[in-house]
Amino acid sequence: MTALANNSEGGVGSHRAAIVPAAVTRLRLTDFRNYTAAGLEPSGRPVVLTGPNGAGKTNLLEAVSLLAPGRGLRGVQVSEPDRRPAASAETRTASDVDGGGSEHGARKPWAIAARVAGPAGTVDIGTGRDPEAERRLVRVDGHPARNQQALAEHVAVVWLTPQMDRLFLDGGGARRRFLDRLILGFDPAHAGRVGAYEQAMRQRARLLKERGPGGADARWLDALEVQMVERGVAIAAARRDMADRLDRACRQAEGPFPAARVGLAGDLDDWLDGGSALAAEERFQERLRAARPRDAEAGGAGVGPHRSDLMVRHAAKGLPADQCSTGEQKALLIAIVLAHARLSGAETGTGPILLLDEVAAHLDGERRGALYRRLLDLGLQAWVTGTDRAIFEGLEGRADFFRVEAAAIRPDAAAR
Amino acid sequence: MQEIDRLIQLLARLPGLGPRSARRAALDLVRKRESLMRPLATALAEAADAIRTCSTCGNLDTADPCHICTDERRDPTLICVVEQVGDLWALERAAGFKGRYHVLGGVLSALDGVGPEDLTIAQLLARVGGDSPVTEIILATNLTVDGQTTAHYITERLAESGVRVTRLAHGVPVGGELDYLDDGTLSAALKARQAL
Ligand SMILES: Nc1ncnc2c1ncn2[C@@H]1O[C@H](COP(=O)(O)OP(=O)(O)OP(=O)(O)O)[C@@H](O)[C@H]1O
Ligand SMILES: [Mg+2]
Ligand SMILES: [Zn+2]
Repeated sequence: MTALANNSEGGVGSHRAAIVPAAVTRLRLTDFRNYTAAGLEPSGRPVVLTGPNGAGKTNLLEAVSLLAPGRGLRGVQVSEPDRRPAASAETRTASDVDGGGSEHGARKPWAIAARVAGPAGTVDIGTGRDPEAERRLVRVDGHPARNQQALAEHVAVVWLTPQMDRLFLDGGGARRRFLDRLILGFDPAHAGRVGAYEQAMRQRARLLKERGPGGADARWLDALEVQMVERGVAIAAARRDMADRLDRACRQAEGPFPAARVGLAGDLDDWLDGGSALAAEERFQERLRAARPRDAEAGGAGVGPHRSDLMVRHAAKGLPADQCSTGEQKALLIAIVLAHARLSGAETGTGPILLLDEVAAHLDGERRGALYRRLLDLGLQAWVTGTDRAIFEGLEGRADFFRVEAAAIRPDAAAR
Repeated sequence: MQEIDRLIQLLARLPGLGPRSARRAALDLVRKRESLMRPLATALAEAADAIRTCSTCGNLDTADPCHICTDERRDPTLICVVEQVGDLWALERAAGFKGRYHVLGGVLSALDGVGPEDLTIAQLLARVGGDSPVTEIILATNLTVDGQTTAHYITERLAESGVRVTRLAHGVPVGGELDYLDDGTLSAALKARQAL
């Protein structure tokens, strides 16, 4: 795609409103999933990916999701995206044959290189598996970053995938991760705090398990609990703040997408409701200390922000999201994601990159049209996928269309 | 070729070198046999014989106690506690610090099986006890969870000793490791240290 040339260097947004959502303007994949080497150069408008099942559309979205901190939209271990050479040659195309017999059969590490345009200009992001270890390397403008949290300073990515159709039905962990992802667009340090909290919690659990609540050096446990408490209350406060703002932003229905009520439920959240952060810290610390014997038995920690849950209700029906229909649940999620993008534009002057995997196909015509209009109004670079171009009619002429087939990506400018 | 395989295996155990880079390094050494490989082998053998760990502070030097511990011009009332010898060297490069050091040899980590008894915490307590001249301990562990846990733990253990305990000031980014910081940041953090 060469649309890049027209409006990449400072053209975007310089005459329009001050809101400049982030956008990938160049993406190259190497040995990533089913791609040996592939790439595309979108313009900053929405990106439509069409192609048959198994072509590599979701893989491409996953690559974009890895431009933000974390494990990407599939939530996998770092080496999983390494391209696995086909088991038998006849089921694969010729492009897959090379590289399979590299040194000692070791798989080549995956790599993604991207150029991302945002309000502060463009940044080159490189990420991939460390060739010599099970960890993800990150480069920003050619310089190695100390950790992947650095990515949150440059780009926020939010996604909806078919797996998330069960978000309101499954355990709270996925809902917390969803909310945390939304927070990153406002507070890049959130990812680091969540990681640090979990590390302190794991250390404490191991210490309790190995030495027992009485056998362990109490001052060591104290020191770990202090780490949990400081981070934990900051995490709870950030989540509460995000939920409050989403709640306000979701009060009104967005066209056919329902109004939603958003809140958090959990001990820490109640304490923050009833008092200061300092008081919540004290209380959390007391409760952790008291829970040592039980936590030594049960593992984990009986209290903390990892126990809080994101509560969403369908405002018009007055029903909790998990009691709504599948389509209604999806519509609630879309409403929240759109509200988040709107807030983000208003408050930070930028917006997230949005990845909507197979979202369009499950919406009726009216909702689909409304979704496209909202995406275009917000000026987001939304990446949408589907098997057929027909369902993206509402985006014709206003988005970059690409055809994904057998691990190759090509611009698909011609309307049929 | 047994010799070269063994060389590659050993090189691969160096931090930052995996099997691939180890192979590259080994080939490079062989190619520069006279200009690099032999001098390196001699340097390694000499260092292995000469270098000892300072029994006071944990620094590496050819003398025990090390040249920092015996330097009369250094302030004996001030001890800066670091995780590793590499951190001590980073602070020395930053050059603002005129006190002495204490190398812990790691951080508390139940997940890695490292407890207080595996670090030089008892030796640190001994250095501030009795009629010791030490009046201030600066905790310069990394701002990682484990580094901060260790700092907190040491603070508690030092509580009865009456020494002032301070921590490197901000400017050191969260999750930061001293080794990565530039010298200016480090010396600023040292000057602006905060009491705990
Ligand atoms: N690590 C890997 N190495 C090689 N191929 C992989 C790897 N992981 C997944 N694949 C393959 O990539 C192909 C494309 O997967 P992807 O999920 O992107 O398809 P898709 O275009 O989204 O299809 P659908 O329309 O069915 O959702 C699949 O055939 C899958 O088996
Ligand atoms: Mg798919
Ligand atoms: Zn010494």
